Amino acid sequence: MTAAASCASLARREHGGIAALALGVVIVLLFFASLAVGRSGLGLVALVQRAHGEDAQTVALILREIRLPRAILGLLVGSALGLAGAALQGLLRNPLAEPGLIGASGAAALGAVATLYFGLSGLFALALPLGGLAGAFLAVALLYGIAGREGGVLTLILAGIALNSFSAALTALLLNLAPSPYAVQEIVHWLLGSLADRSFDQLWLAAPFILAGAILMLADGRALDALALGEDTAQSLGFHLVAVRWRVIAGVAMTVGAAVSVTGVIGFVGLVVPHLLRPVVGYRPSALLALSALGGAALTLASDIALRLLPSQFELKLGVVTALIGAPFFLYLVLKFRRSVA
Amino acid sequence: MIQLRAQGMTVALGGRPVLSGVDLTLGAGQLVGLVGPNGAGKTTFLRAMAGLMPLRGGQVLLDERPLAETSRKERARRIAYLPQRQQVEWPLSVRRLVELGRIPHLEPWAKPGGADRAAVEQALRATETTGLLERPVPTLSDGERARVLLARCLAGDPEILLADEPVAGLDPYHALKVMELLGLRAASGMAVLVVLHDLALAARFCERLVLLADGRVRAEGAPLEVLSPAHLAESYGIRAQYGQADGRHYLVPWSRLDAEARR
Repeated sequence: MTAAASCASLARREHGGIAALALGVVIVLLFFASLAVGRSGLGLVALVQRAHGEDAQTVALILREIRLPRAILGLLVGSALGLAGAALQGLLRNPLAEPGLIGASGAAALGAVATLYFGLSGLFALALPLGGLAGAFLAVALLYGIAGREGGVLTLILAGIALNSFSAALTALLLNLAPSPYAVQEIVHWLLGSLADRSFDQLWLAAPFILAGAILMLADGRALDALALGEDTAQSLGFHLVAVRWRVIAGVAMTVGAAVSVTGVIGFVGLVVPHLLRPVVGYRPSALLALSALGGAALTLASDIALRLLPSQFELKLGVVTALIGAPFFLYLVLKFRRSVA
Repeated sequence: MIQLRAQGMTVALGGRPVLSGVDLTLGAGQLVGLVGPNGAGKTTFLRAMAGLMPLRGGQVLLDERPLAETSRKERARRIAYLPQRQQVEWPLSVRRLVELGRIPHLEPWAKPGGADRAAVEQALRATETTGLLERPVPTLSDGERARVLLARCLAGDPEILLADEPVAGLDPYHALKVMELLGLRAASGMAVLVVLHDLALAARFCERLVLLADGRVRAEGAPLEVLSPAHLAESYGIRAQYGQADGRHYLVPWSRLDAEARR
């Protein structure tokens, strides 16, 4: 089948509403499944049964303090990554763009690692995510400074790459200077990305930034649609492109920065999910935003459940699992792209 | 009376002057052709007329009001701009593409309503593209694509249409069809300014031509006066053959002057 014919068959089917409904159901199921699996070995049925016995307090504690925040965090972070990926791909009009591209997630990781390195994270509980948020905001400020207010898309990408390299270099420096193997292990483990053992406090810290960022991106859906026709035409349709660009970038930085600050880097969700769902909404960037948020939540919850079901001695980190799924998928996209160009 | 007017328009790109003091008035019901050699500043002029370029001097007036003082929304509703080689980044369906033309009329967060659907349908009918509704844009032929892109502009019910080479790359049949469409829109009251490289088409369809060369208006008026032998020699360096058919004058670009001189 030729590329043209395959997109013909895809575009004729726009199933955004049905897909959203299906993903919603899947997310609800995954959410409860996420509550039902864990290291304590208590399944959902056992939990309900024992909730009335003498272990009632332990069971409630496990659910409320360990599994519930983990499930909610998966929902929140997954949808943040999916939404940010869809928004950035729409803004840059590039299906291979990843939310980390603009430098905010690398800088958030650096900020968080710095609090580990300098021992701030031991002083008070929220030091680490606050450090991450500070890193993300610094990254956007630097991006603005480097690319300039009127900076074009290419300048933005290049500035983002520079910021990412610099964050990675500084993170490596901190690892290099870490005082003990234990400190190195702590930093590396955090960097791998995980939803495990996060508290509600961390959740409440990230949630407002993720929600505010999401609103910024969702409000610009129509501008992303118009951008499908290029910048001149989008402008002629009444959009102030410079403002749109910085609103979307701020939205991506807030959501991804807040997500990374709490969970560490969870890659590929923001790349893979929008790409998979785009044909379902007839390639409309605006319709993709909300659906991609749902898809991100589903993929993240599913991955986080899968890693808990794997019979390994140490629990795999979520960032490792998403990368193991995502990297081959990215390779597949590149190969498909090569075929469509040839 | 709807009118878009350039007054002493001066534009520089990267410090290089591209337009120097260009005056042009486009009124309702007119189909005006903008012609001139490559690099004359036609595209820059059209972008500036659409309010997409900062001016170094002069101004653009929309109904005697500076364009820069109108709101983005008002501009978007009243002026449609069709760029040269319009890109369509995602394989959108024709329906979704044409719907984009309604964006200036939508309230924030609202879905397209009955009036929007009616306008889209009318634009599709006017461009004879109703049958392409569910086709993805990348599968269209160049002729279909050109008409669909025009439909996107018409869907917004603009008073003014600025089209940059809408017939580039089309075979004569489809080029004639697009020009007829533009003529019909002008006849129904739209103000249409179109950049053309095909001088025969320009002379055939436009009631008035503006010849731009080196960023200045060299001639303006009836097609055959603007495309006179002297003007063609000076601006394009070519000679044309002139004739008459169906009671109208036509011309065909014939030879390069420098090639003739060498012979």
